[in-house]
Amino acid sequence: MVEAQGLVKRFGEFVAVGGIDFTISRGEVFGFLGPNGAGKTSTMRMIACMSPRSGGVLRVTGRDPETDGSEIRRSIGLVPQDDALDSELSVLDNLHIYGRYFDLPRKEIRRRAQILLEFAQLGERADTKVDELSGGMRRRLTIARALISQPDLMILDEPTTGLDPQARHLVWDRLHQLQSEGVTLIITTHYMDEAEQLCDRLVVMDQGLIVASGTPRELIDSIVSKEAVELRLDPGDATGLVEGLGTLVDRVEMLGDRLCLYGKDGDAILEAVLGLGIHPISSFVRRAGLEDVFLALTGKSLND
Amino acid sequence: MTDVALSEGLFRLERHSARSHPRWMLAFSFWFLLYRRTWRGSILSTFVYPTLYLASMGIGLGGLVNQHVGTHSLSLGGVSYLRFVTPGILVASAMQIGINEASWPVMSAIRWQRSYLAQCATPLRVIDVFIGHLAWIALRLLFACAVFVGISAGFGVVQSPLSLLEILAATLLGLAFATPMAALAALFRGDEAFSTINRLLIVPLFLFSGTFFPIAQLPGQLQLVAELTPLYHGVALCRSLAGGHLLLWSNLEHLSYLLVLSSLGVVFGRRTYSRRLER
Repeated sequence: MVEAQGLVKRFGEFVAVGGIDFTISRGEVFGFLGPNGAGKTSTMRMIACMSPRSGGVLRVTGRDPETDGSEIRRSIGLVPQDDALDSELSVLDNLHIYGRYFDLPRKEIRRRAQILLEFAQLGERADTKVDELSGGMRRRLTIARALISQPDLMILDEPTTGLDPQARHLVWDRLHQLQSEGVTLIITTHYMDEAEQLCDRLVVMDQGLIVASGTPRELIDSIVSKEAVELRLDPGDATGLVEGLGTLVDRVEMLGDRLCLYGKDGDAILEAVLGLGIHPISSFVRRAGLEDVFLALTGKSLND
Repeated sequence: MTDVALSEGLFRLERHSARSHPRWMLAFSFWFLLYRRTWRGSILSTFVYPTLYLASMGIGLGGLVNQHVGTHSLSLGGVSYLRFVTPGILVASAMQIGINEASWPVMSAIRWQRSYLAQCATPLRVIDVFIGHLAWIALRLLFACAVFVGISAGFGVVQSPLSLLEILAATLLGLAFATPMAALAALFRGDEAFSTINRLLIVPLFLFSGTFFPIAQLPGQLQLVAELTPLYHGVALCRSLAGGHLLLWSNLEHLSYLLVLSSLGVVFGRRTYSRRLER
């Protein structure tokens, strides 16, 4: 569906995307994970044929955005980060005009709009001005709008940023449904749980480069150990602790004021810590996640 | 509950092969829809202001002028002041509509509502987005100018069928301002620049381009300056049409000036739009 080799985006001197390779197959949910400024949005805009690449090769649905942008966009649905809805128009008007951009017949647009309003749970809101919608409703409307052309490929730039937990789950639910329809989804996010929830495969981006790629599980297994123990310790207790635990611990990271120990068996690590006579102020054993992958790869936390 | 809706619906509908409206027309239809939802705000400027202007300038001020210089003074081209000033007001309003429609709406479509960005995610190209908006502005101008000429007919000042061509000429004048304005608006970072343009450019043009008095009244050098301004060419063209004169060399000159300025605006705007929307 999408193929990139050595893809580069420069703005003057600034390199937003510094030469990345990836392949996205039909029907897949593919994620770009990384902090703000990692180059995710620039990459999305290039895939959406809205921003010319500065170098490298890019093929979207087998064609070159440089020469066939308009034709490629016919089969893409874009959900931009800031929605770009017309707040002076009603929900239905927003769907209608977007369908017009794809030159769909009015009757057909009306038919699809009815289905999409249900899908987005906005059936009661058809005549409401976008101004009056909540953030979650706006986001669902943007997703519905992008679907009006029956796209093969959906690009969602931070689909749940700024939404409350309930609204997020509703969006995820809708995306899962699209996935089961066979729509290829490309998602950017800086939320770990979102990437683990939704993505079949993902790449981790930092400073314009891909620093790792694979399925969420592969990434976690290959880069960090299965479990993590987070400890908050009295100053001084940390010295010599790691040496004392020996082979139980594979890796150690500092997360702010917490010490994070990675290993196969979290409970065994915690037991060994207590066995050394150290009593942490607080302790917490959990499964390692993508957050830990990111920390291990870049030495920094995602939401810095 | 609604989980079935989509699977039974959207992706089972047959696909429609693309129809073949020119793509700029699809962008145009956005502005038309937006106008249908918000037209109330423009009633005043389209219908009421022209009437007020004609009444105050033409009849109020005109009465005074006619008393002093006579109703058929040669300095006004042998017509009453109302007849003299009507094409001036027509063209000056076209200028203001052209400037207004190409400033805030353009900035909003780029920065605030981001309607252009929504359009650029669809099969529309940047050139379609630009031309579609300009086509809408042209229609707005055409409508407003036609209403104005209609109202002035009510004042009894339309004497030649060529006045219908005034509608086209004033629309072109409006575009000669709108295309460069849209090109600039795409570059501006905030809307403060619009009021600067209004103060430093539009208001002086409005007052000194032969709108309310013949430029022969200006001192020699200022007269030359006035003759270089686009508004002067629009006013002169419309005034000559109102007087029933079509085939004059000077009309060709005015027409060419306005066509060239409009086209330069389109060429320039195509670049600034690309710079803003295709980064």
